[in-house]
This record gives sequence, C-alpha cells and structure tokens, in this order.
Amino acid sequence: MAAFIAGKSYYLAFVILMMLGLYVVFASGNMVKRLVGLSVFQTSVFLFYVALGKISGGQPPILVDDAHGGSHGGGHDAESHAAPALRGAAEADEAGRAADAAHGAAHAAEAVIYSNPLPHVLILTAIVVGVATLAVGLALVVRIREAYGSIEDEDVEQAENMMLANASDPS
Amino acid sequence: MTPADVLALAPPGLERHAGGLIAAAPLVAAGVAALVPAGRLAWMIALATAVLCLACAGVLSAQVWDGAVVSYAFGGWAPPLGIEYRIDPANAPILLLITAMGVLVLLYAPRSVEDEIDRRQHALFYAAFLVCFAGLIGVAATGDAFNLFVFLEISSLSTYVLVAMGAARDRRALTAAYNYLILGTIGATFFVIGVGFLYAATGTLNLVDMAERVAPLADNRMVKAGFAFVIIGLGLKIAMYPLHTWLPNAYAFAPSIITAFLAATATKAAFYALLRFMFGVFDSEFRFQPLMLVTVVAALAVLGMIIASLQAAFAVNIRRMLALSSVAQVGYMLLGVAMGTSAGLAAGFLHLINHAMMKGALFLALGIFTLRLGLTRISDFTGLGRVMPVTMAAFVIGALSLVGMPPTVGFVSKVFLLEAALERGWAWAAAVIAIASILAFVYVGRVLFAAYMQPPPMRDGAPARAAAPPLAMVGPLWVLALANLYFGIDASFPTALACRASGFLLGDPSACFGPGAAP
Repeated sequence: MAAFIAGKSYYLAFVILMMLGLYVVFASGNMVKRLVGLSVFQTSVFLFYVALGKISGGQPPILVDDAHGGSHGGGHDAESHAAPALRGAAEADEAGRAADAAHGAAHAAEAVIYSNPLPHVLILTAIVVGVATLAVGLALVVRIREAYGSIEDEDVEQAENMMLANASDPS
Repeated sequence: MTPADVLALAPPGLERHAGGLIAAAPLVAAGVAALVPAGRLAWMIALATAVLCLACAGVLSAQVWDGAVVSYAFGGWAPPLGIEYRIDPANAPILLLITAMGVLVLLYAPRSVEDEIDRRQHALFYAAFLVCFAGLIGVAATGDAFNLFVFLEISSLSTYVLVAMGAARDRRALTAAYNYLILGTIGATFFVIGVGFLYAATGTLNLVDMAERVAPLADNRMVKAGFAFVIIGLGLKIAMYPLHTWLPNAYAFAPSIITAFLAATATKAAFYALLRFMFGVFDSEFRFQPLMLVTVVAALAVLGMIIASLQAAFAVNIRRMLALSSVAQVGYMLLGVAMGTSAGLAAGFLHLINHAMMKGALFLALGIFTLRLGLTRISDFTGLGRVMPVTMAAFVIGALSLVGMPPTVGFVSKVFLLEAALERGWAWAAAVIAIASILAFVYVGRVLFAAYMQPPPMRDGAPARAAAPPLAMVGPLWVLALANLYFGIDASFPTALACRASGFLLGDPSACFGPGAAP
C-alpha cells in the first residue's frame, strides 16, 4: 500500500494542490487571493500532465546515437518512438519498468526508453493560457478597485446593493 | 441554392483550404486590427474577415452536405499525431451559425459601439471581437481535444475583456467579467483535467482516434472520471442550470453587440463540443452514458427550464430577463439531448440553431433601444410599440418565437421536441416543455403588455418620441426577425441540418424525422 502511494505521489500532490486551489477560490473574499487560488488550481493540472509524461528510466526525448547501428537504427525513429508516446501513462510506466529489467538482463537487446514529450508540450501551451488568464484577471481587479475603491467581495457587493437600494438602476 | 452551386461559385484554393482558413484568418486579422489606429479601419478589417469566414463556412457546409468529412491537417502533419481540423455534418451548421451571426452583428456594430465604448478603444474592441470569433470557430472546427481547450480559452479570455468593456455604461460589468473569469477558468480547467484522464487512458488527443480507443475501455474508471470532468467543464461553459451563475450578469452588463453575439454563438459552440464528447467520443455502448443522460442531464435540464424561467418572470432588468431565459432555453436543448434518441438529439440541435436566431434578434433590438432611449428596465418599455414601432415589431417576432408561437422557428423546434419526448415515452418531459412555455409567455408577456397596452411616457406634455434608428442597425435586426418567420414556415433547411448532425453524431444517418429526412 505504502509503495503504491509512493509510486503515485505525483498524483497525490496534484489532488492536494487542486483542492487547495479550489478551496481558496471559493473561501476567500479577496479578489487577488481568489486569483492566486485559481492559479494554484491550474498549476496542479500542469503537474498532473507533466507526471503523465514521465516514464521511469525514461530519457529526454532526444534521438541518441545508436552504437549497434544497422537493423536497430530504425528502431529509434519516429515510428517506434511514437508507439510508447501513444500508450497511456500507467501502461507506459509499466513498459518502462519492464524495459529497465530487460536492460539489465540482456544488454544487446537494449532499447532506448523515452519520456513522453507530448504532455510537456501541451502544458507549455496551457501555461501560456494560465498566464493570460491571470493577467486578464488582475487587470480586472485593478479596474474594480478604481471603480469601487475595494477588492473585497463584501465591500463591492455592498456598493452594488446600495446602487439597487437607490433604485436608480435596479437589475 | 444547392450545395453544388455553392461549390461552383467558390475558387479552387478556397475549396481546398477553407478548413484551415476559417480559424486562422480571424486570428491573423485580430493582430492587424489591434495595430491600426482608427476604429473605423479595424471595423472594416473585422467585417471583411467575417465575410471571408462565412464564405469558408458556406463552402465547407456544401462539401459535407452529403455526409462527407473534410479533414484539414495543420502544417501537413497527418492525424492522429498532427492537429486535425475536421468538418463534418455535425459542426458545419455551427460554423455557419457563428460566421453568419458574426457578419450580422458586425454590420450592426458601428453605431452601437460608438455610443457605448470609448473612441480610443474601438480598434482594440474589434480586435478582441475577432479573437473571440476565431476562438468559437476553432472550438467548432477542431478535431483535437487539447486544441479544443486552447480555443475554448481563446474565446473565453477575449469574452472576459469584451464583457468588461461594458464598464463605460455600468461599472457592474467589471464584477460580472471577474466572476465569469473565475467560473469560466474553473470550467476550462475541469475540461482539461478530463482530457488528461482520457489521454492517459487512450494515449491520443485526436477525437476520432479517441473514440476508437475508448470503446473497449468502457468500464475503465479513469475513462469514466475523465468523461465526468469533461461534461462538468463544458456544462459550465454552456450555462447548464446550476452552473449558470456567471451568465445573467455577464449578458446584462456587456456592450449590446457583445451580448447579442455571445447569446447567439458562445454557448452554442460549447454545446456542440459537449455533444461531440457525449456522442462522438463516447457512444451508447458506453454504459455510463445513458445513465448520466437520464439522471444528470435530464434532471438538470428540467430544473433549469422551470427555475430559470421563474426567475426570468420576476426579473426587472430586461437583459437579465433574456439572459435567464437563455439558461432555460439551454435546458430545452439538454432535454432533447438527454433523450438519447436520434429524434431527441435532432430536436435539441434544431433548438440550438433556432435559439440563436431568436436571441440574436431580441438582443439586437435591445441594442437599438439602448442607443435611442438608454432603457434597461422592463418598466421603461411602456408605450414602446408606438415610440419605436419598427424595432419593437422585430422584438415581438423574436419574443413570440421564444414562446413558441406559430409560425416562428420557436414553434418548430418545440413541436419536434414534443414529438421526440412522446416517442421516447417521456410524457413528463412534454409536460415540462408545456409549463416552461407558459412561463416564457408570462415573462415575455410583461414586456409586450408594457409596450402595447400602456401609454408612452409623457415628456413636456406630449408623448415621448425617439429618432428613427439607423438603417445599418435595423437591417441586421430584421434579417434575423424575418429568418425567425421564414424558417418557421419553411423549416426544411434547419431541420435538414439538425437531422444530418444528429444522424452523424449517432452514426445512424438514416433515422431522421420530418421534411429533413429526404436528402
């Protein structure tokens, strides 16, 4: 059980961070803090994706020179490289471990195991999206502060209710 | 005009590259529009781009009319590894809808934007509009799950900015945009978690490829969790009932043309994405799905239809009322989808198209009222039938369509929904549709009563008058209003689109209903 949990520690961290982030988003009354919570929430997902791509014993996905050459050379090109990349992480994880064992047993049959680069690339994009979201959110908070003089939910709500009470423009 | 005529008109290059151009053109144009100094020039760029995209959508729709699929591999990287844009009978109508609404709204825009937005921001406003436009098109066109997330966020981020631009009129637009940002980001992140689970289980992001690989994994817990995350994430984006709280304020305080555009397209694109996952990726073999449809989607649809309609009946702000009505209308679409039959899905899809026409017309009419009279409350509508008869008449058509009076499109989609419900043996669903329609009559009736049965407000001893609205605004409004009538009388085109879409999604093109069944 302990080994199982240790093996999945990345995913555990993902879940804890995700819940922390969501909690801050809902529990905080300060608009900046809520954005921070949102960022933590998003970042936890980045961690999840990055953990998916990691294969134990896997190398960085860069083509290595093949000393055995010949028939084996073809093994490292895009075709066989794509095969582990396409497999699910859990499955690929196993494949990685199996390959590790094989590595020790028979050096001649060595196959290079690559970590899956695709999730990492996806997350580069998602990080950009996250940064843009945070930027837009902070810009909005600046404008809210200019318009209401506060970034606390309570104060802003009160100001809006006052507007309603004055009946100038109820909604 | 037959599909062959459309293809004959199109230049060969457009035919080959329409699938990529339709999303890439507005993105590039947005960059250009942000750089030009004059708002007028930015508007022209935006309009030209929207027209180009409409042409692309027309060509693509013609190409897939016979049930064919257009696959466009970006950068020449072949799917499933490369990003594929995949146009098929299910998303071609959505592309047509988004681009047509984009053109109409942009034709309408200049006067409204001048009135509501600071002159210095016009170019940036149109740039943000183009980004939003591109994002929605991308959501509909892409065949890649992660690309879908990116476009969902592209459209959402620009939407937050556009909603916040309503702050010049009412500062509550800022808090509305902020709340939308928080909830929208949570929704998108849930979606991306779901995609991550599905990727981990299947090892692919291409939706078609994923559908093949997910089939033997029907009992995999990771797949189920991924499915749930995706549905909840997209449910937030389409304003499914308890997840709709961002919508009323965002629609109420955004600039007029943005409300009209978003109401007609934004939730629709996300709704299509939901359908794509529900039926395109997972099929009915997936035992989790029918259960989810009946216990979650149908239940939430019914709650939304009743509660949001009730809230609309008590709303004071007219835009808020129509926004709450949008939440209820999403309930109609979901109810059709929840039936899980081809007739139900087709009825839901048809209502999606028709709802875009009615809400588009209603919000465009409101934009004219805002420009001329600055009204926001239903009580401001007194005597409006006499003060602004032409605009108000278009509003009435949209409103009756919302209630479902013949001969409007609202009537057609409700008939199909009722038929589908009875065919499925869901008499209670038919009853709910009837109750929600009565509630719609109540909330729309309040406005119509004020407009036609009460005298116009007196100003300086004479009934108030308003200057005639500009033709550029009345034109697009009446195009939509007449579309509500035309497609209400001859519904063959929208029903054919809906029927093909549902047939394609369910992999059963023969099972169809009504006049659309004949090819």
